[in-house]
Amino acid sequence: MSRLPKVMDKDSIRRALMRIAHEILEKNKGMDDLCIIGIRTRGAVLAERINDCIKEIEGAPLPVGVLDITLYRDDLTLVSTQPIVHETRIDFDINNKKVILVDDVLFTGRTIRAALDALIDFGRPSNIQLAVLIDRGHRELPIRADYVGKNIPTAFEENVKVVLEGTDKGVEQVVIEKRKNT
Amino acid sequence: MSEWTKHDLLDLQNLSKEEIELILQTAKSFKEVSSREVKKVPALRGKTVVLLFFENSTRTRTSFELAAKRLSADTINISVSSSSVSKGETMLDTAKNIEAMNVDAIVVRHGSSGVPKILAENLNACVINAGDGCRAHPTQALLDIFTIKEKLGKIEGLQVGIVGDILHSRVARSNIWGLTKLGAKVTVCGPSTLMPVDVEKLGVKVSYDVDDVIKESDVLILLRVQKERQQENYLPSIREYAKKFGVNKDRLKPAKKNILIMHPGPTNRGVELSAEVADGEYSVILDQVTNGVAVRMAVLYLLLGTKEPGIIDS
Amino acid sequence: MALLIKNAKIVNADKIHSQARDILIEKGVIVQIAASIDAGDVKTIDAKDKLVMPGLIDLHVHLREPGREDKETIETGSRAAAKGGFTTIMCMPNTTPVIDSAMIVDSVIREANRVGLVNVIPVGAISRGQKGEELVDVFELKASGCHALSDDGKTVFNSKLLYLALQYAKMADILLIEHCQDPHLSGGGVMNEGFNSTLLGLKPDPGISETAIVARDIEIAHYLNTKIHFAHISLKRSVELIRQAKKQGIAVTAETCPQYFSLTDDAVKSFDTNTKVNPPLRSKEDVEAIKKAFKDGAIDCITTDHAPHTPEDKEAGFDTAPFGMIGLETAVGLVITELVDSEIITWPQMVEKMSKRPAEIIGLKTKGEIKEGMDADITIIDPEKEWEVRREDFVSKSKNSPFIGKKLKGCVDATIYGGKVVFQGK
Repeated sequence: MSRLPKVMDKDSIRRALMRIAHEILEKNKGMDDLCIIGIRTRGAVLAERINDCIKEIEGAPLPVGVLDITLYRDDLTLVSTQPIVHETRIDFDINNKKVILVDDVLFTGRTIRAALDALIDFGRPSNIQLAVLIDRGHRELPIRADYVGKNIPTAFEENVKVVLEGTDKGVEQVVIEKRKNT
Repeated sequence: MSEWTKHDLLDLQNLSKEEIELILQTAKSFKEVSSREVKKVPALRGKTVVLLFFENSTRTRTSFELAAKRLSADTINISVSSSSVSKGETMLDTAKNIEAMNVDAIVVRHGSSGVPKILAENLNACVINAGDGCRAHPTQALLDIFTIKEKLGKIEGLQVGIVGDILHSRVARSNIWGLTKLGAKVTVCGPSTLMPVDVEKLGVKVSYDVDDVIKESDVLILLRVQKERQQENYLPSIREYAKKFGVNKDRLKPAKKNILIMHPGPTNRGVELSAEVADGEYSVILDQVTNGVAVRMAVLYLLLGTKEPGIIDS
Repeated sequence: MALLIKNAKIVNADKIHSQARDILIEKGVIVQIAASIDAGDVKTIDAKDKLVMPGLIDLHVHLREPGREDKETIETGSRAAAKGGFTTIMCMPNTTPVIDSAMIVDSVIREANRVGLVNVIPVGAISRGQKGEELVDVFELKASGCHALSDDGKTVFNSKLLYLALQYAKMADILLIEHCQDPHLSGGGVMNEGFNSTLLGLKPDPGISETAIVARDIEIAHYLNTKIHFAHISLKRSVELIRQAKKQGIAVTAETCPQYFSLTDDAVKSFDTNTKVNPPLRSKEDVEAIKKAFKDGAIDCITTDHAPHTPEDKEAGFDTAPFGMIGLETAVGLVITELVDSEIITWPQMVEKMSKRPAEIIGLKTKGEIKEGMDADITIIDPEKEWEVRREDFVSKSKNSPFIGKKLKGCVDATIYGGKVVFQGK
């Protein structure tokens, strides 16, 4: 296997998340009516981390939820066997809240479309903002992120691999690799 | 985690332990969907599920229908009385005609054991057994197992007593398969006339003393005793059954403190259990009904995954 | 018209003749058996490498005519019998109307003669309409051509009626055939009671429903010192009771069918309704006991209980589908494969079970043996030919066989009835 170009390491990930936390608080003028919802699996980890940063800055955490978007995917009819459904856990009311939706990589935008549909089924937030660690381009839907850790131009056939402590094995980092079997 | 590859759900006998656990895990996620304000997800949008019932059942049919609707599938109810089938069209004809309208899944209940298997062998649509004869009722057993696991945290090592008309019970048979596969110890208990021949060969103990069974059990599954059994002389009288095998508050005194009382419904209050027990602290009968929808959503979701290979964009 | 069979290796119930013989048939009778016969310009069959047996006799067939001609007719049933090597068949009276009067017996015989492929002997009912209430006119039925009476499909459950029927039949010198199944004990059962019925959740019919009636009937026959024939015996315990009765000199005879030595109730696991038969398929232990019963003669003969049903009737749930499977065209293959080839019985024993004893039981004095002066009913068997049972090959009107797809060894090469070739294989 060829050497993988590393685009972020543990420290740069930490700094990016801290910056996103500041930007969220700045843009929303504080913590009022804010909540964070991470998309399973890595988005949920990142949501917790951003919340840790906010707690560090403001001294108090925001409500955090986890969203599983499997049931809202637009490719369910294309896959060979049904993907495993995990639990969605949002134990607070999102009506009239400002929801920060968190995911690891923004690519085609289809995951975010599914997440928006899912969120709407939970209630009517006053607005939804999107925070991602990586934006790699190649959008297939009119979706953009409000907060971006790092923009990484990629070729379509490349894969952006995010390794996070707590969910993945190995050293925390973001690397670009060739997609398998394409 | 194992992948789901089965095309039909006919019984628990031919499911692996891993497959049963995958259904239970998936059901857990679906239980949350039913607790939402908007109890509907688009996972099975555009799919058609036919509920083909050759035998009446409000409960199971409603549960399946809700499950399909909460997954955004379209549902059609077809009740076929056996008399209209005998008017020349065979049971297979009926099913093939329904399939020809491009349906994706057929949920079938039939009074004769083996019908879902015959349908599965002859149809392309997924076949889900909603109860056949005295043979199998897999989704009932799955929801029972789900409820036990939810309440007691595990299945392995638990002592489960199944009490009642074992001979005519598809619920008993499916629970025996599922529970023993997951490591529970099962004792069946009932009148000797309602005990099937060689039932021990299914890996269960047999008892004719409900008090013994109550003492040792973590879970009691009580079965409905049909009134006809008295006319057929399987029982001297329903009254004697209630005295000898019926579970009431006094009988439960020596039971374990967190014993679960379950019943597939509809209950005969005053026969297999007293009203006090049915509504009492140990009863999880309503949880079973709630969980039934989640388990059936899981089954529909897993079975209706299409078979062509595709790419998962993650 | 004469017929000459050349190079016949003759198998009778007593022996296989070591030297091939020629058999000359004239006017439906075997007129000469010799090392070499020159009969001039007559139709000739070369039976080289084949076995030549007396025509097979099946004491238990359902032809469904009159009443259910959609399932089988006397014509299609006769054709299936000829293809299966049978030259005489007895057809059971559970038709609509029931064969319980001379008029209906006449009509069946007339139609069978018109078809002319095999000898069809109707079995009369024991009770009018097979209702188990009033005895039929026994002498009238005998005079019209019945060799036996039976309420087959049902037991004569009223013991007093059976008692009187046996007494009366003894005077009339006619055989009574009992279908052994206590209707209350079997109580709507659809398969053998055992672990498999527990596993499959199908309504069980305990073996005691058969053996209880066998035991009762033996006692009545013993008391009256009369004969009785037991249809389709399927259980180890029944065999034991019959063996014991025979030892005591009671004049009981018994038949079984290929399904009771070829299949066990494991076959029901497929839920194929063609495995639903009455009595039900039994356990492995029973199958072994049936096979053993051929050796010591506890079971006298093999019948088919050929029971045709339409796919419409059989394509129902297992509980509601009718009982029965067809058997005329698979019997020889199953007997050779399961019994002769497995050395359970010899070729002469096959002739004994399928021709000699059946002829004796119903008193056919000119059938059951290849001998000069006997009827020219002859079955020629190819003992080595391997074949597969295929749905499309059945000539019976119904195709309800659980043996479809099974590979068998040994088949019928030709069937000769009354000196006429009624079936010839390719």
